[in-house]
Amino acid sequence: MNYTFKWSVLWTGESGRWLLQGLLTTLELSALAWVLAVALGILAGALRTVRFTPLRWAATSYVEFFRNVPLLVWMFFWYFGVPPLLPRGIQDWLFNHGAEFWAGMLALGVYHGARISEVIRSGIQSIPRTQFEASVAMGLTTFQSYRLIILPVALRLIVPPATNESLNLLKNSSVALTISVAELTFQTRQIETYTARAIEALTAGTLIYLVLCLSIATIMAKVERRYAIPGLIARVGPAA
Amino acid sequence: MTAGEPAIVFRDADKWFGKLHVLRDINLAIAAGDVVVVCGPSGSGKSTLIRCVNGLERVQAGDVVVLGDSITKRGVNLPALRTRVGMVFQSFNLFPHMTALQNIMLAPMKVRKLARAEAEKTARALLERVGLREKADAYPANLSGGQQQRVAIARALAMQPKIMLFDEPTSALDPEMINEVLDVMTALAREGMTMMCVTHEMGFARRVAHRVVFMDEGQVVEEGTPQDFFAAPKSDRGKQFLSKILTH
Ligand SMILES: Nc1ncnc2c1ncn2[C@@H]1O[C@H](COP(=O)(O)OP(=O)(O)OP(=O)(O)O)[C@@H](O)[C@H]1O
Ligand SMILES: [Mg+2]
Repeated sequence: MNYTFKWSVLWTGESGRWLLQGLLTTLELSALAWVLAVALGILAGALRTVRFTPLRWAATSYVEFFRNVPLLVWMFFWYFGVPPLLPRGIQDWLFNHGAEFWAGMLALGVYHGARISEVIRSGIQSIPRTQFEASVAMGLTTFQSYRLIILPVALRLIVPPATNESLNLLKNSSVALTISVAELTFQTRQIETYTARAIEALTAGTLIYLVLCLSIATIMAKVERRYAIPGLIARVGPAA
Repeated sequence: MTAGEPAIVFRDADKWFGKLHVLRDINLAIAAGDVVVVCGPSGSGKSTLIRCVNGLERVQAGDVVVLGDSITKRGVNLPALRTRVGMVFQSFNLFPHMTALQNIMLAPMKVRKLARAEAEKTARALLERVGLREKADAYPANLSGGQQQRVAIARALAMQPKIMLFDEPTSALDPEMINEVLDVMTALAREGMTMMCVTHEMGFARRVAHRVVFMDEGQVVEEGTPQDFFAAPKSDRGKQFLSKILTH
């Protein structure tokens, strides 16, 4: 092998700034999409377990529709498909205010919301039905019972699979480069184009994703221990 | 509810689960202050019967009137009715992410909208009453079965119900813990609580119940005082049932 690494391309010229901007965009995109995904996931996951059929049916339609079409297609849908349906003025405004970012955020959030809702539904269904009965038998409404008992318990149980799904969301934010969101992968490609140093640029991107994912996993493990249900902590390691 | 009117009335009540006819033409009246023990073979419909009192199940024909309100009417306010009817389950059903104290304070604060301090005072008094003052901050997983069930009773009492329903409250307990729960129930009965208890604790039924209701295959086969029922059941099915449970 006669390739000589030239790591300095990562901090000379514009590279450092591009990487930093890419990192910030990835974080912003993922964080907003995550909030949307968790909100939709809780809503749809809970509705899929209620008795009232129309609500259950609506939530099921959302989940099956969005999780069974590739994320890339959703990116194109929100970016190329939706804006032409909007009034002219709103279109112009959108394209002056980072339409690709918002389209990418919606695509990520709605797609992963459908997937997270399945995780939350399985959490809810692992709680014995008698817990729900005990809470309504005291006079709580169904909504109160979900808010105070069912969801707090379910969310504590699903931290590990939810972590997994959150990492998927972060990694999938790279798909947004296809609609030219200048996120981390987009920026590493740009460095590669300008410097013709593919291996160095990709290594930098890889390491940043790795550090991000490991940090998230660590934080989620702390959250899991912090909120563990006493007596159900046997599967969780000792406090750090 | 006017004076003299029964606390619970079943009137020609029927219920099906799919094709299974689980309650057949039930007629039953339970006066305020009465302690009624419901017994019968497994699958005879005892749980379903008492779950119809607080609307966890609905009868499909006939009527159930609880504290003067028909619970089969359309638009009945079940949460409001349930604040007046406490229920204790076989499987305790304490909320695992809350301490004993928090379990008891929840409904008074969220349903009655009591201030925290007031709810806590009542909750501590109730824990004292079931003999668990020092367990206020324990989580359910760190309590024994008997202790959990006593907390569950305190939790139901926190809403100051007029009626208490018990569905086999001691069936999931080790023998040495059964009495601590029965003692709490006995004290409650002596204070004049209207109680409907599904239980096979015949000693409790003899000492505390005013009436025994014997069910089989979804029907109330006979009812009477514990003395009469245990000494000489009128029906053959009652005799068979007693011979089975008394020989064990
Ligand atoms: N949710 C349900 N769906 C369908 N069938 C049910 C349901 N709940 C109870 N059943 C059936 O209805 C019948 C009466 O059940 P129920 O639980 O009232 O009996 P039980 O007298 O309380 O019995 P056990 O002593 O075993 O608790 C049984 O055959 C039972 O299998
Ligand atoms: Mg039963």
